[in-house]
Amino acid sequence: MEHLAFEMDSREEGGPARPPVLVGAVGSGNLEVLVEPGGGAGRCRVEVHTSAPGFAAVWEAVLRDFAGRHPVAGLSLAVNDGGATPAVVTLRLGQALEEYRRPGR
Amino acid sequence: MTRDWSRARRDRAERLERARGLADGKWVEAERAPALLEALLRPGDRVCLEGDNQKQADFLARSLARVDPARVHDLHLVQSVVALPEHLELFERGVGRRLDFSFSGPQAVRLAQLAGSGRLEIGAIHTYVELYARYFVDLTPRVALVAAQAADAEGNLYTGPNTEDTPAIVEATAFKDGLVVAQVNERVERLPRVDVPAGWVDYLVRAPAPSTIEPLFTRDPALIGEVQVLMAMMVIRGIYAEYGVQRLNHGIGFDTAAIELLLPTYGEELGLRGKVCRHWALNPHPTLIPAVESGFVESVHSFGSELGMEAYVAARPDVFFTGRDGSLRSNRAFSQLAGHYACDLFIGSTLQMDLEGNSSTATRSRVTGFGGAPNMGCDARGRRHASPAWVRAGREGGGAVMPRGRKLVVQLLETWREHMEPAFVERLDAWELAGAMRMELPPVMIYGDDVTHVVTEEGVANLLLCRTPEERAEAIRGVAGYTPVGRGRSRAAVEALRDRGAIRRPEDLGIDVRRATRDLLAARSVKELVRWSGGLYQPPARFRSW
Repeated sequence: MEHLAFEMDSREEGGPARPPVLVGAVGSGNLEVLVEPGGGAGRCRVEVHTSAPGFAAVWEAVLRDFAGRHPVAGLSLAVNDGGATPAVVTLRLGQALEEYRRPGR
Repeated sequence: MTRDWSRARRDRAERLERARGLADGKWVEAERAPALLEALLRPGDRVCLEGDNQKQADFLARSLARVDPARVHDLHLVQSVVALPEHLELFERGVGRRLDFSFSGPQAVRLAQLAGSGRLEIGAIHTYVELYARYFVDLTPRVALVAAQAADAEGNLYTGPNTEDTPAIVEATAFKDGLVVAQVNERVERLPRVDVPAGWVDYLVRAPAPSTIEPLFTRDPALIGEVQVLMAMMVIRGIYAEYGVQRLNHGIGFDTAAIELLLPTYGEELGLRGKVCRHWALNPHPTLIPAVESGFVESVHSFGSELGMEAYVAARPDVFFTGRDGSLRSNRAFSQLAGHYACDLFIGSTLQMDLEGNSSTATRSRVTGFGGAPNMGCDARGRRHASPAWVRAGREGGGAVMPRGRKLVVQLLETWREHMEPAFVERLDAWELAGAMRMELPPVMIYGDDVTHVVTEEGVANLLLCRTPEERAEAIRGVAGYTPVGRGRSRAAVEALRDRGAIRRPEDLGIDVRRATRDLLAARSVKELVRWSGGLYQPPARFRSW
């Protein structure tokens, strides 16, 4: 298990603080994604627990692009990859973020 | 001196004479099968031991593995699939020497070891129709050992839903004075239909157990992930709808199963029923049931059958090819031709792709072979009839003054495989395998110059719109995600390709990636497939969780 932590720039705020969202679904191993308040102004904090060591640069590139394209400033994201590929993680992060920001949740 | 023009015929008569006494008419008791084979075979014979994609002449394979190597040795085996341990035992015992085949599936590792140790010589690795073609040219079997469901007293054969390779093998052997031995599951008074006439069959053995058939085409919808749903959405919207693809062939993976399960939901939502995916060259995939029931699918011709689909297929004769008895009639040789010449699109998954678009499923320690995918996954250069999809692909490919059509050949792959193995590479593992196995050419499944589209979770690369090798490579990098190959892209070049539509992201196709969830699948489990079929689909026990 490798533990990675990144601080990313994100132009758009993730919105007012809300209860955390935890997403993890059958059929994707035990991939878990957690979205919660944190990270500070204009910044997003991301933690990755990955079962495949040696891919820090890949995860950093994946997450930096994600933070650049999505309103995640002021949020903290955690990924427990369960062996999932970057494609699955990116998709799941997008869905978790949408759920976090869903009005009236 | 007059030349003898009938040596094979006289040789055949001699062999039949040697076997006399072992048979009652054409029928031979199971325990005498090895003795029959010892009587019929001569050292060095070319033998087709029927090993199809699904159906295996397993009892005859076991019998052949038990013959005395002092009497029968150095055989040249010609068969499409090397699937059973007995197939390789022949070479360990010296009964076999040389092998020409198409696909080796579960025996791939052991086959590589035997070839490496010199106990097995590989003639060549073929595609299916390529090997059948050679049965009629320079690899005609002297003896064919085939499998059928049933026979009558006279020796007519009924192959049931899994006819597969049998007609091609028997035709080549019987009409060149060879000998045909068939194992059957049962002997009956009256056959439901005749698939091979008795006059082409020399001996029959009732096997102690029914011949092995593997459910190779059953994909449990429960194992389809969201990335596969996303890629299926891109294929339906960005390729099927775009080109109006009406006639096609699907590969066998979960990626294409996801497409089949999205037709009744996403395809319906896009108004595509009756406009795409009407005619298929395909085995009766259980995941196709919802698309059949929803009215997308009008006809399906099959290479083989699929366990559990018998009653469903029999109840849908307007869709499937069936005999007068009601059951499926499959035929791999004809279905391969259908897929090659009469389909406008092939789509399949692959494991590895290089920057020319060449793809391969070969790795260093395994000799898996090709099967039928290359015959589907290539442009049919001999095709002459036009269809809208074919003409449009040809126009996009451009080039010559003379207009010409083009087959759509689509490759699906996630940019990273399990265990963080990049699917896009600078150099295919096939090169190393070719070196290790002293093969003349690296084993490429689909050549890059045949590929028209590459689909990953990142988008669709349309290689038809690329005009130079450099552009093609950049388009492939542009959908290769965060793999080292993908990160080697020039952002400016990729954006230029995107402006021209040579790369299309989900958002360029009007796809909201957040909708890519399993909720979009028409069936999310095998049980739901059974429900769609009105209870007619009877999945094998291993796919039942209820």
